[in-house]
Amino acid sequence: MNEKPEKLIDKKGLRLDGRKADELRPLKLQVGVLPNADGSAYIEHGKNKILAAAFGPREMHPKHLAQADRMVLRCRYHMAPFSVQERKSPAPSRREVELSKVIKESLEPALFHELYPRTGVDVFVEVLQADGGTRCASITAAALAIADAGVPMRDLVVACAAGKVDDTIVLDLYDAEDKLGVADVPVAYMPSLNAVTLLQMDGILTPAEFEKAVNMAMDGCRKIYELQKEALKTKYMVVKEVEE
Amino acid sequence: MPTFFEKKQLVTPGELLAEGDYLPGENTYVEENKIFASRIGLVDSDNKKVNVVALRAFYVPKVGDIVIGTVAEVGFNGWTIDIKSPYTALLRASDVLSRPFKPQNDELSQVLNAGDLIVAKIASYDRAHDPQLTVGEPGLGKITRGQILRVTPTKIPRVIGRKGSMISMIKQETNCQIILGLNGVILVTGKNPEDEELAIAAIRKIEQESHTSGLTDRITQLLKEKKAKVEEKLE
Repeated sequence: MNEKPEKLIDKKGLRLDGRKADELRPLKLQVGVLPNADGSAYIEHGKNKILAAAFGPREMHPKHLAQADRMVLRCRYHMAPFSVQERKSPAPSRREVELSKVIKESLEPALFHELYPRTGVDVFVEVLQADGGTRCASITAAALAIADAGVPMRDLVVACAAGKVDDTIVLDLYDAEDKLGVADVPVAYMPSLNAVTLLQMDGILTPAEFEKAVNMAMDGCRKIYELQKEALKTKYMVVKEVEE
Repeated sequence: MPTFFEKKQLVTPGELLAEGDYLPGENTYVEENKIFASRIGLVDSDNKKVNVVALRAFYVPKVGDIVIGTVAEVGFNGWTIDIKSPYTALLRASDVLSRPFKPQNDELSQVLNAGDLIVAKIASYDRAHDPQLTVGEPGLGKITRGQILRVTPTKIPRVIGRKGSMISMIKQETNCQIILGLNGVILVTGKNPEDEELAIAAIRKIEQESHTSGLTDRITQLLKEKKAKVEEKLE
């Protein structure tokens, strides 16, 4: 993937990995994979493999970070050294610090901060393998981990990106499209409340294209939301089926 | 004013439960006159009130609750107690000693040391202050014998049963004394370990099948079967 292919979309309208313009990558979601965490989730989004763990609400450490009137959410997004082709230094990079903030801010509207003052919720996102769109997959997994920890939420947060590759608006960009494409628009969304919690854009789009991309990303989010709910229910359904 | 659920349906956070003339109960919230779930759990409605019985939650202190905690730290004039909650509780030395507390005379770690378990009552708690415990009532204080188990705090009401039917049945069948900490910690004390194991097995089963009906009957059956087995072995 070092040389730029001439076209990212072929004559039939298919992308380099064979998907249609509005097709998601295959997804696999699992909840409760880490018994040591209060809540956890694992996501496989195309070639992305990401673990998320949530702890709390618990007493804040260091104590001066606690807020007298609200709960504090902390996130750490981290990429494993083996998550990309070239070894990535395990030290937090500028990009990881930024993504930690972005993920935190996209999850915050879903929480009832005022209910548990002086406490903190910690979310750790560990990218085991990256293939473009990790911030979106991380948000989807992190929301599941928080819900699994039993922290009350307004809604599960789902994220999905859309963008422009060659001249076409496409859904769910993967690594090559992200790097060689024209623009990338990640969107995080709470489907039940119809509220967008994250909206970024990297690249240049006309207002019409932007709107089309946002709507496409939101449609993608709704599809992932169904899988997300299913994954959360599956963990607790196992218990239900035992004696039925 | 429709509702959007069947009784005992499993719901996830953000699921729309009812619209219009309904009251939000536990683990739900209202947004624009609509009631949504805020935790994963099973929905139920009681008249006009929509409740979600959470399958996963943590303990939030309430004044008057009986809890079971572990001594985390021995301080200058009291102890900090871990009550499996987002907030750590405090127990003052003057509350435990029936006489005035003098730091030069009393060595606190001889009364209660780190790792000791206690049954206590929440004496005070509000948003701004950590919960304070008291042991100044009969039945409260240091735990010296028995076995401890943990369940999700939301399942404690199920272990108690309707008007205490479940818990009194288990106590009767197993000859054990059972103290339920509302923070999800349960103390079982019996005459011998076998009785305790029996009670623990019953509580574990309740925890797993808490959302099903006719549970009391099945637990009674389980206890009778297991008791028969133990007796067989003895003969």
